[in-house]
Amino acid sequence: MIPTHYFLILSAILFTIGVVGVLTRKNGITIFMSIELMVNAVNLTFLAYARQFHQVHGLIFVFFIMAIAAAEAAVGLAIFITLFHHRDTIDVDEANLMHW
Amino acid sequence: MTWGDTIYLLPEIVISIGACLLLIAPVMRRGGGVVRASGAPSGGGARTAKWTMLAILVLTAVAVIASSGLVADVAQTKTFASMFALDSFAIFFKLLFIATMAMLVLLSDDYLAASRYSAWEYYSLLSFALCGMMFMVSGVHLAAIYIGLELLSLSSYILAGYFKNELKSTEAAMKYFVLGTVSSAILLYGISLIYGVTGTLNLMRIADAMSTLVTNDALMFGIMLLGAGLCFKIAAAPFHVWTPDVYEGAPTPITAFLSTASKSAAFAIFARIFYVGMHHFRLDWQVVLAIIAALSMIIGNLAAITQDNIKRMLAYSSIGHAGYVLLGIISVSEMGLYGVLVYSVVYVFATLGIWATVLMLSKHEYAGEQVSDFEGLHRRAPLWAFAMIIFLLSLGGIPPTAGFIGKYFLFYAAVGAGFGWLAIVAVLMSAVSMFFYFRIVMAMYLRDGDGQAEVVSSGGLKLVAAICLVVTLLFGILPGPLVEQAKISGGWVAKRVAANNAQR
Amino acid sequence: MDAIASNAPLVVFIVIGTIAVAASFLVVMMRNPVHSALFLLLTFLCVAVLFVIKAAEFVAAVQVLVYAGGIMVLFLFVVMLINVRHLPDEKMTTSYTLGGIGVGVAIFVLFFAVVRTGAYHDEAPNAAKKLTTVREQVLTQHPTDPNKLVRKWRAKDNRNAEAIGMALYRDYLVPFEVASLFLLVAMIGAIVIGKRELSALEEETAPDYMLERVETEKEVKDLVNAN
Repeated sequence: MIPTHYFLILSAILFTIGVVGVLTRKNGITIFMSIELMVNAVNLTFLAYARQFHQVHGLIFVFFIMAIAAAEAAVGLAIFITLFHHRDTIDVDEANLMHW
Repeated sequence: MTWGDTIYLLPEIVISIGACLLLIAPVMRRGGGVVRASGAPSGGGARTAKWTMLAILVLTAVAVIASSGLVADVAQTKTFASMFALDSFAIFFKLLFIATMAMLVLLSDDYLAASRYSAWEYYSLLSFALCGMMFMVSGVHLAAIYIGLELLSLSSYILAGYFKNELKSTEAAMKYFVLGTVSSAILLYGISLIYGVTGTLNLMRIADAMSTLVTNDALMFGIMLLGAGLCFKIAAAPFHVWTPDVYEGAPTPITAFLSTASKSAAFAIFARIFYVGMHHFRLDWQVVLAIIAALSMIIGNLAAITQDNIKRMLAYSSIGHAGYVLLGIISVSEMGLYGVLVYSVVYVFATLGIWATVLMLSKHEYAGEQVSDFEGLHRRAPLWAFAMIIFLLSLGGIPPTAGFIGKYFLFYAAVGAGFGWLAIVAVLMSAVSMFFYFRIVMAMYLRDGDGQAEVVSSGGLKLVAAICLVVTLLFGILPGPLVEQAKISGGWVAKRVAANNAQR
Repeated sequence: MDAIASNAPLVVFIVIGTIAVAASFLVVMMRNPVHSALFLLLTFLCVAVLFVIKAAEFVAAVQVLVYAGGIMVLFLFVVMLINVRHLPDEKMTTSYTLGGIGVGVAIFVLFFAVVRTGAYHDEAPNAAKKLTTVREQVLTQHPTDPNKLVRKWRAKDNRNAEAIGMALYRDYLVPFEVASLFLLVAMIGAIVIGKRELSALEEETAPDYMLERVETEKEVKDLVNAN
């Protein structure tokens, strides 16, 4: 079997890439995709630990995270669309009516 | 778990049904027809929605009080597979949330009636947020707490962007959403590492597992990430960037909601998670949180001085207040818990009073928000100006008001836990905060403005201001009942932790 | 050859893991959000494969359905809705980017330090007992009377979906119910925020069939009420 920490390291890499995406990108939708990457990395960690302990708790948590990520995506994208209707862009730096 | 256990969830069930009712009600009223969106303000509908919402809140409060009779039973047997605890700590906060929410309804009333947005969905979302907060404070399992927190956050994102035709509101929602989801992801990573080390998500079991462990990198990192996620939710210093923008852009009653109810819910879970779950490793995280608390107090209060927009000023001030509450959490003592409970109440009432005054001045969506709008208020509305002074004194922590009692507990707890330097920073920063609170007082009394902002005081706003004034003064002069209640509720958590530690 | 065969899961892990990392890197690097979205889809699928390697088939199926099916469609839909011409013109390398990558590397070093071998709790001795057990009824022979069959409860091997189902609807009932409220709020929120209200002018020019439908509904209702 593959050791747990291989999964943890992979998940750390994915999480870090997500963080870098959030920090460097300006496009709202790409930022949101990076957040999804971070959440996926967390899912991977939970799953690895759940298997390590032979427990279902981690698996269940993954389900809740998935449900919540999916629902949040709907609301987040609705917010982006409304913002786009206002100013024809989803560049987060353009959203500077109040100083960011 | 049996069906009989459902009784413990009664308040949450009542509020969820109420929230759904608020969604269905307008459809039933209009007879199923499609009503044109634009045109006349929602007027009459908003009033009906308000009364429905208030009735639901009263029912929920009754349910909470009724369920408080069950607390004694639950001392031994925890419900729902140790997910959900009905204890006096949770009941204290639930009653606070319901009271806050009722006042927010009164605050929102005119504001919504003047706008063209539907009041029904608005109140429905507020009810769902309340439901999330109630699940959160009752949660004793990280999954339950996380989901309650997300329910609250999602409702807050939507409410921040509720005035979707205002660009400011949509921008506030976007910023809140992006930063909120990032912080949730960080919080989740923290939870996953804690789970990985302790093998459980239940707070008591986490404490048990931690008592057998020596310091461990992964665990420390997990606690730090969890703390960072929670610090975002309470808007503590390095994670506060969203606060001024979101507070400024959101509709004013929603800003009031974010700075009171939502924030005190986050204080409650912060206190519970760290007091119950993490107390064995307090020596490791106390220092980090102390630095965060000091930063929050310094950044919040210093940045507030330069603000001219009252919503931004209060946002920075609320960052400072998050720092004060962290003192109670850092101390990991019963006194600290009492401080968190007392300060939540005190802070909520004083802040709501200030928001009532701000809303009184705002004629339409974003007016009456500048400090200059307060100029010469003592001529136009002497009682409001007086009430405002009391609220500001309470936030500053000056003796005859309730704010002093709250700060007394927090500072005392910090000194008791060996964080004297932090208490000194807190006292200094309270003095600094008086400086910018005084700016508003000066504007009200010493400057004669042209009175640009119209005074529109309605019955609801007056009622809220009166309640807040009475509470702030009463608990300032006679703190006994509040402190007693806080001792019962905070003591409950402390006793359970002590019993759990003794058992092992 | 034998070495590879015996280490098949490890080989799969390395290959899929590499693809996942490369794809997620491209999600962040792509200029065009449509490309980003497609690489994100690839990452999700790789993560699903990793779930299968960890013997969590059910979670993997849900991952494919929810992420690859649901969220990706939503993303692509929105990206298409927002005209690509309106997307921000980003320079991919700025000082800003370097700062972000610097922070990323620092975070990764920290992560690597904490999740290196053995940094996590070793399998707890009582952990196996905490596994939610699923019981099944089996028919066995009666101890004395060979013509009779009796029903007996027997602990069963934990199957993935079953164990999850039992835990989700029994132990995790409260969070599950809150999650359902969460979905309802998301639905309301998406409608409240996303619905475009017609301005007075647009309402004037709204197509007749829309207004007609409202009228018809009203008439039908009146008719029903009248009877």
